[in-house]
Amino acid sequence: MYPENFRYTKEHEWVLVVGDTGTVGITDHAQQELGDIVYVDLPKPGARIEQGKSLGSVESVKAVSDVYAPVSGEVLEINPALADAPETLNSDPHGAAWLVKIRLSTPDELASLMSAADYQAYVGAEK
Amino acid sequence: MVDFGGWDMPVQYSGIIDEHRAVRTAVGVFDVSHMGEIEIRGPQAAALADFVTTNNVRKLSLGQAHYSGLLYPHGGFVDDILVHKVADDHYFLCVNASNQEKDFEHIRAMNRFDAEVEFAGERYAQLAIQGPQAHATLQKLTPVSLAAIKYYWFTDGQVSGTPARIAHTGYTGEDGFEIYVPPAEAERMWHEVMKAGVEFGIKPCGLGARNTLRLEAKMALYGHEIDASISPLEADLAWIVKLDKGDFVGRDVLLKQKESGVKRKLVGFEMLGRGIAREGYEVLLDAAPAGWVTSGSPSPTLNKNIGLCYLPTAHARPGVAIQIVVRGQPVDAVTVETPFYKRAK
Repeated sequence: MYPENFRYTKEHEWVLVVGDTGTVGITDHAQQELGDIVYVDLPKPGARIEQGKSLGSVESVKAVSDVYAPVSGEVLEINPALADAPETLNSDPHGAAWLVKIRLSTPDELASLMSAADYQAYVGAEK
Repeated sequence: MVDFGGWDMPVQYSGIIDEHRAVRTAVGVFDVSHMGEIEIRGPQAAALADFVTTNNVRKLSLGQAHYSGLLYPHGGFVDDILVHKVADDHYFLCVNASNQEKDFEHIRAMNRFDAEVEFAGERYAQLAIQGPQAHATLQKLTPVSLAAIKYYWFTDGQVSGTPARIAHTGYTGEDGFEIYVPPAEAERMWHEVMKAGVEFGIKPCGLGARNTLRLEAKMALYGHEIDASISPLEADLAWIVKLDKGDFVGRDVLLKQKESGVKRKLVGFEMLGRGIAREGYEVLLDAAPAGWVTSGSPSPTLNKNIGLCYLPTAHARPGVAIQIVVRGQPVDAVTVETPFYKRAK
């Protein structure tokens, strides 16, 4: 369910780090809790984001939720497909519906995130 | 699952949009057993029911129901309710889950009549079967002729072999029924309804779709459009206030409000810019704070972002340019006619 090579936050974001670039998204658990997602608000490329601070928001029919940055850094790219197809976040949250790519400024922060097994246990316990 | 007034209730099953569309085009079933029931009985049951509610109980026939307000003496809502006339000496009230204890205490406190007030929530579970195929679905489970039950009428009969109160009422803006059954039978009844509805494409529906459906139909939700600080005249519910029926709790204040006019009023709006209004968001008129959003959501039927808000009365009419402050950013919107959705009769 939760990819082994991702790292996870308590606020239900994931990050996949390759080299110094982190790809960020929300977890399957998050999309399930939100339900039908209708809007995604993302920062502009070049924006500096800080671990634990809001980097944008996703909005479902029922509520709007902040997305918190799992790691600090500079936004390199945002997923251009989500503006027109936000529902991809419901169907493929760990793949096609990634939100942003970030150049990590503080790779040490990754140590504070959960492994897939820990996250699975975390959302299991939350229910 | 969310905790809703102590009840663990599903917000959604297959998804709000999917469930919403099922109710608009086919049929959906909601477990609304959390709703409260209060029974008023005795020779002066009508006198008490009429005194504590805004609509005219004396106009109800046997087997008829209506929407009404339960008000404080200052004119604000204790709750919004359905009043069913079961017999000349028996009225059955369906009330909001989170208000039921408060409602019961309020009605008892106002009971200067020879009437018995019973807190009956534990004796009833409720299922709402709603949508153009609700009739066909429920008819498979009951010998009662549903066609003979007019809108906002009800009858006591059997559903799936169990005694049930079958009311032609709903909270979705769609045709449908609400059935009251013994709690011990509720789960079985749910499965029977689901089974009966398979051929019509029935979907189980949660609180999320219930909210988007009622919003499109501009039906008030306690704690949003109405509360203790809001009067029915402000909430655009003058149609449930019968000032000429005789004395009732809150009447003096409503009479004054009617004579001098209310300062604020509920009005519908559509977002023009990108963004969804949510409860509590500020509304701007000419860039100045002027009101607040009571409910807002994407409308699955209209594919627009809609909402309800309070505005100064002079501006609470269709066609007024407003802005909604969405997460710190003013977004253009315009007031519109309501309901947003009205089913074809």
